[in-house]
Amino acid sequence: MTHSTPDLSLRHHRREQGLMLALASPALLVILLLIVLPVGWLAWQSIYHDGFTLENYRRIFSEAIYWRSFSLTFQISLLVTVLALLLGYPIAYAASVVPKGWSVLILALVILPFWTSVLVRAYAWLALLQRTGVVNQFLQYLGVIDEPLALVHNTFGTVVATVHILLPFMVLPLYATMQKIPHDLMQAGASLGGSPSHTFWRIFLPLSLPGVLAGTTLVFVLCLGFYITPELLGGGRTVMVSLLVSRNVELYDQWGAASAVGVVLLLSVLVIFLIVGRFIPLDRILGQK
Amino acid sequence: MKTFSLPRIVFVVFCALVLLYLILPVLIIVPMSFSSTRFLTFPPPSLSLRWYEEYIGNAAWMQATRVTFAVAALTVLIATPLGVAAAYAISNSKMRIMRIVHMMLMLPLVVPIIITAVGIFFVYAKIGLVATMSGLVLANVMLGLPYVITSVVAGLQSFDPAQEMVARSLGMNRLRSFFAVTLPQIKASVLTGAIFAFISAMDETVVGLFISGGQYQPLTKRMFTALRDEIDPTIAAISTLMTAASFLLVLIASTRQKKSG
Repeated sequence: MTHSTPDLSLRHHRREQGLMLALASPALLVILLLIVLPVGWLAWQSIYHDGFTLENYRRIFSEAIYWRSFSLTFQISLLVTVLALLLGYPIAYAASVVPKGWSVLILALVILPFWTSVLVRAYAWLALLQRTGVVNQFLQYLGVIDEPLALVHNTFGTVVATVHILLPFMVLPLYATMQKIPHDLMQAGASLGGSPSHTFWRIFLPLSLPGVLAGTTLVFVLCLGFYITPELLGGGRTVMVSLLVSRNVELYDQWGAASAVGVVLLLSVLVIFLIVGRFIPLDRILGQK
Repeated sequence: MKTFSLPRIVFVVFCALVLLYLILPVLIIVPMSFSSTRFLTFPPPSLSLRWYEEYIGNAAWMQATRVTFAVAALTVLIATPLGVAAAYAISNSKMRIMRIVHMMLMLPLVVPIIITAVGIFFVYAKIGLVATMSGLVLANVMLGLPYVITSVVAGLQSFDPAQEMVARSLGMNRLRSFFAVTLPQIKASVLTGAIFAFISAMDETVVGLFISGGQYQPLTKRMFTALRDEIDPTIAAISTLMTAASFLLVLIASTRQKKSG
């Protein structure tokens, strides 16, 4: 896309490059000052407190409250990812095979919640799942239960709301991949005598795997650092890593500990992106956000 | 036809239930906001505008609303030109370093938001930007940049840069040719990026929780604090208005996008 016509002198070329860098620099400056510097500071603070120390990291690996939180976070993220895949795959599949009008409707139902504030959705789930909430009242009205169920202020409520919030991040990359799978491939499979389920398992599913990888990575990584749903729907019991960070800052004023937890969380995310990046281009994952 | 085979019916019902799960929580806030009682009872009792009146009559909610809109508007005003310039540079340069620049500009999407929030809080605490308007706007510009850049880079991909070359060969300078030839053709993607930056700033919660305070608290921070205590139906009214605003903006973005595409 460069304008490299043959008469372009080297000097002109250099000036062009300088101009492009200059154009990108204001945005880059904002990023450097407001995310690179703060995260760098965080990392520095985790190892430096009146001299170098690995005390903060030692605590993460030795004190039960820390590694229990990390293990809970990974378990919840895994559960959320699996549930999102099980719910999201059929939706994406349906959107990619139905006539256009229907697929627009399905995608609208996926995208509208996607652009609704996470806070609003967490609030809606609180209202739906609390003891006097819609779900409990409805079940009592039907006579299914006598006592309201504890649906929220626990891990269950956190998972239900988190899957809801992250599901579009699963469906959109899946749909983007499935849409590109040529229909004649399936028809060819069918004409060669394959049953519909056979053509699905042998042709469609393998071709949709890049979308599965992109969607599961995105959901898993986003869930690792999720803050609003565990805070509002976890009832203080679902201490995910993000809550550990915020409590160390807000309640205990333990900036060093908070920083170390944050650094481990960030490294986990980066490692996952690096591994997945070997299989599919990263901008394909991030393009969905 | 095998349209009514059992597996197909199961599949359709399953998909319908999942879509219901997706959309129901977003819609449930609407009847809640018009309920006349504090507790949502089923079936709902009479309708009222009580919670909307409570919202509009409350000085703290109104101040928070003004902060949110001012922050979102300023964010768009700053993030859009910065993002368009960066996207233009990314699209027009094949330099290796530009790919690194592009990746760095996507960092706000990669770093977990809680880490970004705490990091910015540390830095702001050192330089005295906590609980200020400029601090809030700057943070939201950073968070909004990836949306503008992604949208505009995509828009520039379908634009033929030779057109701008023609304009320049006819004597226009670079800046004028950009505004006269390039910008009108990528208008839709610029608008989409700006709209998403606006929604992102309007909905942003976690960073605001840490760095905002005093009279410069956005709506989401007040909502979050109120939610920790009890289920106040006023929040349903505010949520309904915020959701309506988001839907409207997404609708504008998608119709514009279609026109240009």
